[in-house]
Formats: sequence, structure tokens, C-alpha cells
Amino acid sequence: MEYGTLSMRPAPSLYLTGTARIGGARIFGPLSLIAEAGQWTCVLGSSGVGKSTALRILAGLDQDITLDGEAGAGDGLPLAGRVALMAQSDLLMPWLDVTGNVTLGARLRGEAVDLERARAVLLRVGLGEHLHKRPPELSGGQRQRVALARTLMEDRPVVLLDEPFSALDARTRADMQDLAAELLQGRTVLHVTHDAAEAARLGQRILLMTEAGVDEIAPPAAPVPRAFDAGETLAFQASLLRRLMVTQ
Amino acid sequence: MKTFGTSLARGLGAAVLGVLLWQAVVTLADLPRFILPAPLLVAETLWKSRVLILENAWITLIEVLVGLFLGAILGGLSAIGLAASPFARSFLRPMLVFSQAVPVFALAPILTLWLGYGLWSKVAMALLIIYFPVTSAFFDALMRTPPGWLHLAQVMGADKRREMWLIRIPAALPGFASGLRLAAVYAPIGAIIGEWVGASKGLGYLMLLANGRAKIDLMFAALIVLAVMTLLLHAAVDRFCRWLTRHS
Repeated sequence: MEYGTLSMRPAPSLYLTGTARIGGARIFGPLSLIAEAGQWTCVLGSSGVGKSTALRILAGLDQDITLDGEAGAGDGLPLAGRVALMAQSDLLMPWLDVTGNVTLGARLRGEAVDLERARAVLLRVGLGEHLHKRPPELSGGQRQRVALARTLMEDRPVVLLDEPFSALDARTRADMQDLAAELLQGRTVLHVTHDAAEAARLGQRILLMTEAGVDEIAPPAAPVPRAFDAGETLAFQASLLRRLMVTQ
Repeated sequence: MKTFGTSLARGLGAAVLGVLLWQAVVTLADLPRFILPAPLLVAETLWKSRVLILENAWITLIEVLVGLFLGAILGGLSAIGLAASPFARSFLRPMLVFSQAVPVFALAPILTLWLGYGLWSKVAMALLIIYFPVTSAFFDALMRTPPGWLHLAQVMGADKRREMWLIRIPAALPGFASGLRLAAVYAPIGAIIGEWVGASKGLGYLMLLANGRAKIDLMFAALIVLAVMTLLLHAAVDRFCRWLTRHS
């Protein structure tokens, strides 16, 4: 049983250019941001620099945002229906069990629920023994695994991650990073984070987002997920942090 | 069950204290029995007239239960309708608020005129008095769905009606429950007022009748039964509400 089929279409690239405002106040820009097709792109920046706003625009959650510019998929097709979202909060429904949460998308769209696949996905993220537990019975790490399973279940070519691991303890975070890097491979991932260590481990491309705009920084050559204790990863993490400190 | 036992013990303690105070007032102020009968006399009357009182209590209970049931359903549906449709909100909400400017008590004679002296004028009174608290508590909760859940649903491509049914309503059940808890206390008030205005049965009717014939002990006996009934009703509704919100 496949847990992530990428059945829809090849993953497109993403682009976002221009200036974003909410209620007249400038949030970011002018800037230009590109996430290449099928690659894991980390957007690193401090709080308040507009990373999450950029993600919301690409997710189509831009009702209150005015973008003076353009955003979309490189293949020119609409992004709606091709995006899955994973946020810092797991956004699990406490009244649904783990399986119910993972299959929520299908039910919200009125599609048939594929329980077999849900089971396979949950086994894959290591929750085989918790299929029918409710979120309050799970630990923070387990809950974020459910959220990852729900994202995989949606099987979208584009995955937007909004600091999904930042509330986890160090060990759980490292586990989740490994799991996500493995399971989301081949999709276009845009991962917003303020954690230089996380960007150093996961980014195939790394974009540093500051008030001045977006700078691309070449990551180490090692394939992702990079070992958190490799000298190369640590040195790169330090250089990212240095850049982050200077540009504030 | 420890908490239930504790609250029962506290309730009984308060009741005993109340009865002692009552007896003290009667004894010390030397009040005549047609102003304030002694607790023992009321207890005696309660026992002697138990058939009469229970017959009338039964009628009031039916009025209250039917009113509560219909009011909860009508209030619940109104709240969902209002939350689902901005159009309904712009038209019905001012009407709803305006309807609260008319004291419900003042409608009792009209309801009796329209619906007669039987069950339905009291049911309508109970319904009217609980409709607003149920609708407004549930509606407020429906409008306060955590935005993260709604964003997730939108990215998943949720159908609006399914989003209402699968996310907004379950998330708002605690609001509905607090409306119902209020309703359980208000509904008997509505039924009693209805009976005061025009009835040939019911505890409210019995109290008026006893008052007219200077049987103040019977009036108090009926009042005590009414209070016990309301307490039991509140406890039952509270139990139901806990069940309803067990996963919230």
C-alpha cells in the first residue's frame, strides 16, 4: 500500500513577487521568492519579517492581504487543490480520533474515505497503535505525526510548512524532521522557519528573508535530511545564524 | 462520584439551613399561617395533597419539556442558519435583537388568546423565553471557530456545508451546551407565567388557585415541588450537556 502516491501532476515550482500589505501596513517586500519544483526550500527569517504571510498567499488564505505583485505556480495552473498545509499548531479536531482526523479532507470535500490508505499512512508515520485514540490522549510529537499523516493523506504536489516542528522538544523535532524529509520527497516543499538548525538540516535550497528582501544561500552538498551532528551542518548552521544576526 | 456526593451533601446542608431559618422567622416574628406557614405545616400539606400537586406538576413538566425540546431545536437551527448565511444575519439579527426588546411576559395574554388555555400556549411561552439564550450562545460559538481550523478546511477544498457540519458545529457545541443550561432554568419560568395568565391545570395554576383561597400552605408546597423540579431538570440537562461536549 502506497502512502503517498503523487498521483495528481508533477510538482510545480512556486513564485511570489511584490509587496504585501494588510490593512495598509506593509508586511513584506518588495521581494522575489522562488521555490523550485520538487525541491525542499526553507525560508529562514526572524519573527515579523512576513514569512507566514508569504505562505498564506501561496496557500490561498489571502482574504485580508493585498499583494501588489504576483504569486502562483510556475506551470501557470491554479494552485487551489494542489496545496497541503501543515502549521505550527497541529490543528487536530479533538472530537475526531486519529483516523477521523487523517481522513477529514476527504469528508470535507464529500469524497469517499480511503480507510485502507489512512491506515497505511498512519503505520508509516509510526502511529499504528494509536489509530483510534483522540488527540488529547497523544503527546505533542504524536499529534504532529498525525498532522503529517493528514498532509500525506491529502497527497498534494505542493506542501507548505509553517514552522510545524517549532513547538516540539529537540529530540522529537529531529525525528519529525527526518520523517518529513523522507515522506515529502519529490514534492515542492516551502518550509517557513526561524530555526537556522532546521534550515541547515532540511533545505535543498535556503532563502534568507529579511526586511531588505530575499537572499539565496547555498547549502552544504550533503543530501537532506543532513545529520544534525555533522561538522558541515553545524558550520553551515552557524553561518546562517551569523547572517541572520547581521541583517536585523 | 465523589464530587456528586459532595455537592449533594452541600445542597442538603443548605436546604436544612434554609428550613431552620424559615422556622426561626415564623417562630420569632410570630407570623400567622396565611402569611408564612411553618415548614412542618407545608410538609404536611405537601403529603396530604400529593396527588393534586403531582397531577399538576406533571402537566407543568410536560409543558417545560416540550418547550425545552422545541426551543433547543429551533434555537439550534436558527443559530446555524445565521452563522451560515451573511444574508440571514443582516436581516434576522436585528429582528432577533428587537424581539428581545418586547418583554416575553407581555406576550403571554396574546399567546393564550391565540393558542388557547391548553398545553400549547405554555409551550410557546417556554419556547420564546429560551429561544434567545440558546440561539445567541450557539451563534456566538459558531462565529468563533478557531481560524486555523477554517484555514485548514479551506486549503483542503472544503465544501461550505460540510465545513459547517464537520468543523464549525462540533467546535461550537460547548456554546450550545451553555445555552441549554440557561434554558433549563428559564423554561419553567415561561411555563409558569403561561399558567398564571390562563390555565386550568399546572403548578402555576395551582399556586394562583391556592392563593385565591388563602391556602398559603398549599401554595408553598407547590412552590417547593416547582423548585425541586427545576433543579432536577437542570441536573439532567447538565448531564446531557456533559455528554454532548465530552470530546470538546
